[in-house]
Amino acid sequence: AVPKEIPDFSDHEGVWVYAEQRDGVLAKVTLELLGIAQELGQERRQKVSAVLIGDRLENLTHDLIRHGADQVFLAEDPCLQPYRTLAHVKIMEDLINEHKPEILLIGATHIGRDLAPRLSRRVGVGLTADCTALSIDPEEKILLQTRPAFGGNVMATIANRYSRPQMATVRPGVMEARTDEAKAGTIIHCEVQLDEADIKTKVLEMFEEKRKHAPITDSKVIVAGGRGVNGEAGFQMLRTLADLLDGEVAGTRVVAEQGFVPADCQVGQTGKTVRPEIYIACGISGAIQHRAGMMNSRFIIAINKDPDAPIFKVADWGIIGDLHDVVPELVRQLTPAS
Amino acid sequence: MEIIVLVKQVPDTTNVKLDPKTGNLLREGLTGIINPEDRHALEAAVHIKETMGGKVKVLSMGPSQAVDACTEAIGMGADEAILLSDRAFAGADTWATAFTLGKAVERIGKFDLILCGRQAIDGDTAQVGPQLADYLDIPQVTYVQDIETMNETCTTVKRQLENGYERIECQLPALLTVIGTLNRPRHAHLGRLIDACTAKAPIKVFNAADIGVVTSDVGLEGSLTQVSKTFTPDFKRQGKILDGPKEQAVSELLKNISNSDAATACKAFAASCELS
Ligand SMILES: Cc1cc2nc3c(=O)[nH]c(=O)nc-3n(C[C@H](O)[C@H](O)[C@H](O)COP(=O)(O)OP(=O)(O)OC[C@H]3O[C@@H](n4cnc5c(N)ncnc54)[C@H](O)[C@@H]3O)c2cc1C
Ligand SMILES: Cc1cc2nc3c(=O)[nH]c(=O)nc-3n(C[C@H](O)[C@H](O)[C@H](O)COP(=O)(O)OP(=O)(O)OC[C@H]3O[C@@H](n4cnc5c(N)ncnc54)[C@H](O)[C@@H]3O)c2cc1C
Repeated sequence: AVPKEIPDFSDHEGVWVYAEQRDGVLAKVTLELLGIAQELGQERRQKVSAVLIGDRLENLTHDLIRHGADQVFLAEDPCLQPYRTLAHVKIMEDLINEHKPEILLIGATHIGRDLAPRLSRRVGVGLTADCTALSIDPEEKILLQTRPAFGGNVMATIANRYSRPQMATVRPGVMEARTDEAKAGTIIHCEVQLDEADIKTKVLEMFEEKRKHAPITDSKVIVAGGRGVNGEAGFQMLRTLADLLDGEVAGTRVVAEQGFVPADCQVGQTGKTVRPEIYIACGISGAIQHRAGMMNSRFIIAINKDPDAPIFKVADWGIIGDLHDVVPELVRQLTPAS
Repeated sequence: MEIIVLVKQVPDTTNVKLDPKTGNLLREGLTGIINPEDRHALEAAVHIKETMGGKVKVLSMGPSQAVDACTEAIGMGADEAILLSDRAFAGADTWATAFTLGKAVERIGKFDLILCGRQAIDGDTAQVGPQLADYLDIPQVTYVQDIETMNETCTTVKRQLENGYERIECQLPALLTVIGTLNRPRHAHLGRLIDACTAKAPIKVFNAADIGVVTSDVGLEGSLTQVSKTFTPDFKRQGKILDGPKEQAVSELLKNISNSDAATACKAFAASCELS
């Protein structure tokens, strides 16, 4: 087949970030996106803009500028808070059609993954999901978007040649936020004209689950347990180790389903993706769906009694043995002699 | 209630084998299964039909062997299935997939509800549902963990968030993408399965012409994104096994950590490294 002709997109300019917020608090990923947006903006010699949608949010604009936004589009209206799909899509659609950005980044959160695909269809552009790396191709000057697929076993680099903006969702916790206290930026107030009847959904209630622990995605050290930990006493032992290392306890789906760790501490394809400095896998076989969530940890330590367990294939250091012997020994050697 | 359920056949990654040398995924011999979250969508649809009456139609796009997924869906209680199968559909990105499914939904005609999985375990994008909802100009709720109420015009659902959930009231017709905590999917009924395998089975296969699309709008050609390369992530893991008695293995481990960047990551490790 003849390659499709690439349209002229020279009228598209600017790197945009959808500034996700909940209850007037910016999502961490928004600040991370502004970090990578600055890099892309420098390379393309284009401005970085944040789009902030909700109600009474002016106080957040400074934080967006400090983190790299040259300008902030601010759309405020009571019907825009809390997030509702069709309301936010409409605001984004109008802004994109008016200002024609070249790149648009959205966090791959529960909100971002609701908004981005709908918006991409609306403005007629391709969308790359869940990216973990972004760069500009030196020749073509297009955005190269790298993402894991197949539960993390395959990485794909995807390009978006035939439509603008080049649009991607980006995994939280992957990009780095940067601040510049001296940075100045402008705020552009957007007119909001929405008909409640067009939004079609109502948020009746929000329910926040009480968290007794820090989110595992923020943790530098994770001690993770699997079926081999075999019960509450075993998890107590892992907690002792985690406390010593200033870390958090996490687990496989098996132990999350058994209730030994909370659901939001499940690591893997259907749980959290973590990238701590150190991941200690205890009694975890290393199923593909589990590895999908922890493969990008800086260092991986595996303790398992089965020498053929697949977890050893992704480990930097492995100890073959019964975790009920090895973990207490690790605790003993790590505890400073008093 | 007229319900359409989207079902994708995916390779069964639970029994995935890795190439012992390269660590690459071995795709040969992987069996096709119904995408796990789509089972939950099917269960919800059949349950709604059982309580409110109506019909459940399954829609799937894929190669001819995806007929197995359609058969199983009928075994689970769907009334009929449509498989969109054409060489022209191959290589579609989510844009082209949503368009193709959208055309087929228009051909089906009237519906009150579309249910699908949040995400397929191979492509992993979670984009097809919302893109289809936009194409059809109907509202969507994604990450549905519970369907609380349902009537002809409106549904109340719980939508999962990272740290809890929100309760949403949504007008119908609508599209819901569901996650695994929604319900426990039933097994296919043997009698229904056998019926679904007969010549009179209510499974139709449509090609591009049947749903009125030109081939340049679907498949690889109709896609807006292109995969420019795929590769296996390079872990650069050291893969060092430390054996011997536990005291020795653990002290070896700590020694290794102290000789790596890992020591700086964690004060306790750093301290222990100085100790030894
Ligand atoms: C669609 C789908 C999504 C999934 N999503 C996830 C996900 O997000 N996260 C996830 O984790 N899983 C997920 N799974 C499940 C996954 O396939 C595995 O079943 C699961 O990860 C296995 O958990 P495990 O390692 O705890 O248990 P097992 O696989 O049973 O492994 C237990 C390990 O412990 C070792 N062991 C036993 N006793 C001891 C001992 N005393 N000392 C040392 N070692 C010991 C054994 O040798 C074994 O290797 C998913 C599955 C599917 C189909
Ligand atoms: C390595 C790799 C990376 C890719 N990355 C991207 C990307 O970033 N952006 C992009 O646009 N495309 C991408 N694709 C293409 C994408 O996988 C296909 O378009 C696929 O047909 C649909 O996407 P999905 O599997 O992610 O489905 P999802 O959007 O995750 O599926 C959600 C639900 O939609 C329904 N559904 C999805 N596909 C079908 C179907 N064929 N028939 C019936 N129901 C269906 C199911 O109910 C499913 O549970 C990629 C493909 C590969 C191989």
